[in-house]
Amino acid sequence: MISGESMNILELENLSVEVEGKRILEDINLHLPEKSTMLFFGPNGSGKTTLLLTIAGMPGYNITSGSITLNGVDITSLDVDERARLGIGTGFQLPPEITGVKLRDMIKICAGGRPGDDLTKEERNLIKRFKLDDFINRDINLGFSGGEKKRAEMLQMMALKPKLLLLDEPDSGVDVESLKLIGRELQKYLKASGASAFIITHHGDILEHLDSKYACVLMDGRIWCRGNPREIYDTILARGYRECAECHVRHPMED
Amino acid sequence: MMGDKEKKRVSSLTDLPHEILEAAYKSGIEASEDKRSATYMYIDHSLVLSKVNEHFAGRLELLDTKDALDKYSWLQDYLWDIIEPDKDEVTKSVFEEFGGGYFIRIMAGARVEFPLQSCLMISGKKVKQKVHNIVIAEEGSEARIITGCSMHTKAERGEHLGVSEFFIKKDAKLNYTMIHNWSEQMKVRPRSATRLEENATFISNYILLSPVKDLQMYPMVYCEGVNAKTELNSIVYARGESRVDIGSGVVFNAAGCRGEIVSRVMAKENSNVKARAIIRGNASPAKGHLECKGLLLDDTSVIHAIPELVGARKDVDLSHEAAVGKIAEKEITYLMSRGLSRDDATSVIVRGFLDVDILGLPPNLQQEISSMVDKMDLGL
Repeated sequence: MISGESMNILELENLSVEVEGKRILEDINLHLPEKSTMLFFGPNGSGKTTLLLTIAGMPGYNITSGSITLNGVDITSLDVDERARLGIGTGFQLPPEITGVKLRDMIKICAGGRPGDDLTKEERNLIKRFKLDDFINRDINLGFSGGEKKRAEMLQMMALKPKLLLLDEPDSGVDVESLKLIGRELQKYLKASGASAFIITHHGDILEHLDSKYACVLMDGRIWCRGNPREIYDTILARGYRECAECHVRHPMED
Repeated sequence: MMGDKEKKRVSSLTDLPHEILEAAYKSGIEASEDKRSATYMYIDHSLVLSKVNEHFAGRLELLDTKDALDKYSWLQDYLWDIIEPDKDEVTKSVFEEFGGGYFIRIMAGARVEFPLQSCLMISGKKVKQKVHNIVIAEEGSEARIITGCSMHTKAERGEHLGVSEFFIKKDAKLNYTMIHNWSEQMKVRPRSATRLEENATFISNYILLSPVKDLQMYPMVYCEGVNAKTELNSIVYARGESRVDIGSGVVFNAAGCRGEIVSRVMAKENSNVKARAIIRGNASPAKGHLECKGLLLDDTSVIHAIPELVGARKDVDLSHEAAVGKIAEKEITYLMSRGLSRDDATSVIVRGFLDVDILGLPPNLQQEISSMVDKMDLGL
């Protein structure tokens, strides 16, 4: 991976994290070059979501050691909203339902406006592209299907225009058409904006739509392997995560 | 009456002092009458204005209840027809004597597109206002009513006792929105009941956003005709030591009826709210659902949700959901992850909770009431 401070959007140094007093992540070192997309694989419970939400700054993820640097700025002690304003956009795996707060309000909030403000033409087009026209006046996520929730999350990301997207399983519970839509829109945004992305996935299908050179495998709270996303995914598919555990070519400290 | 000065009648709302109009506006009353099909204004113990917009002449009738009783002998059959005079101290007191109230009659088959507005206001000191309202939606008619109960800023300690009887006849539709804007010194006792005939629809919306000393009401809707439908929505924001005991009840006495009760309650500043609701299924098939959500904004207030379902036929389908608690932390952090500060995120959730979109209002009216809510100082 390319190093050099000005070239990395995100740097994690010796990051250890506890949740409710339990150590989940152990000494994570990771540099994400700017304008790049990194995929995260790993079995359930390996700490992927913890890592993503720690970077996002969500409460409850207690950093016991190490640091997080975004674009050269140490954000380790910043709150989630401060990090969002510095350019982090988080797409949640299980976003909450909020009574009375509509999808259109969320779009305006993401765009820096106020709930109830009129949608711009650009925002209306975006909504149409994500096929969420019928949902804009509905309470966010209330009664949305899995795919609708993921599309709504991605739509909000597009309105937020982050420099770094943190996406937790944007492809799970999503039908083929929606997956294609999400993948393409995401790649289009990344390319046009020069933003970077950090994506947790269990499936290789989304790889078809993304231009990504980097992937990691996370197991037991440690980065186990780094390499080309397609190669790693094919190996996992063929031989499972057990192969990763036994793999002799792993380079945990490689940077 | 009772030694109070009689208020002068006016020919238009704009003839009233500015501060009166201001207080009326806070309960949804629009000063430009051309946006309304009719306007009724009652202050303390006097009728001040009762006027039908000329475009709607013949489609509806609006009188003071006392004048209407003089004019129509048949109205005696409606008076106290669905509320027992000796139900409680409030009804007894109004039965003994009342000052006025509105009589509204939507003519058979009439479509009244613009809302009719009525305002009951207290402006004097220690006023005990007693009114009896009667609303008749004749067969096949369709109308909207906004009624505002408000308080002049100079008013001190008062009581409002109001009996209201609604008769929604076959195939008629009535959308009734009541906005209360009282004060910390007001005791409020509405007593309302509605009777629905075959295929009739009654949508009732209740909004209370300002503090009130003590308010208690439990309006009932009796679905007496087959396929009658009703929706009862309320939004209550109790603050400033408010004591609120509010319920909504639906009784299915005919087949094919449907009813829904939705209430949203928020409380803070040493307030106490009892949010009651009952649906009784005495006939089947019938379907009823009630939803009560309570949000506590501090540790000094209490919300007590009391949802009740009573089924007396095997083919009734009654359900409820109730929740009382604080704002969920995950909702706040979700909004914060979109760049809002914690305070702004909290405010967005609270305003969302008071969203008038849950009310079954026509779009124009919804926008109007929504902008009224926006302009109110909610002390958030």
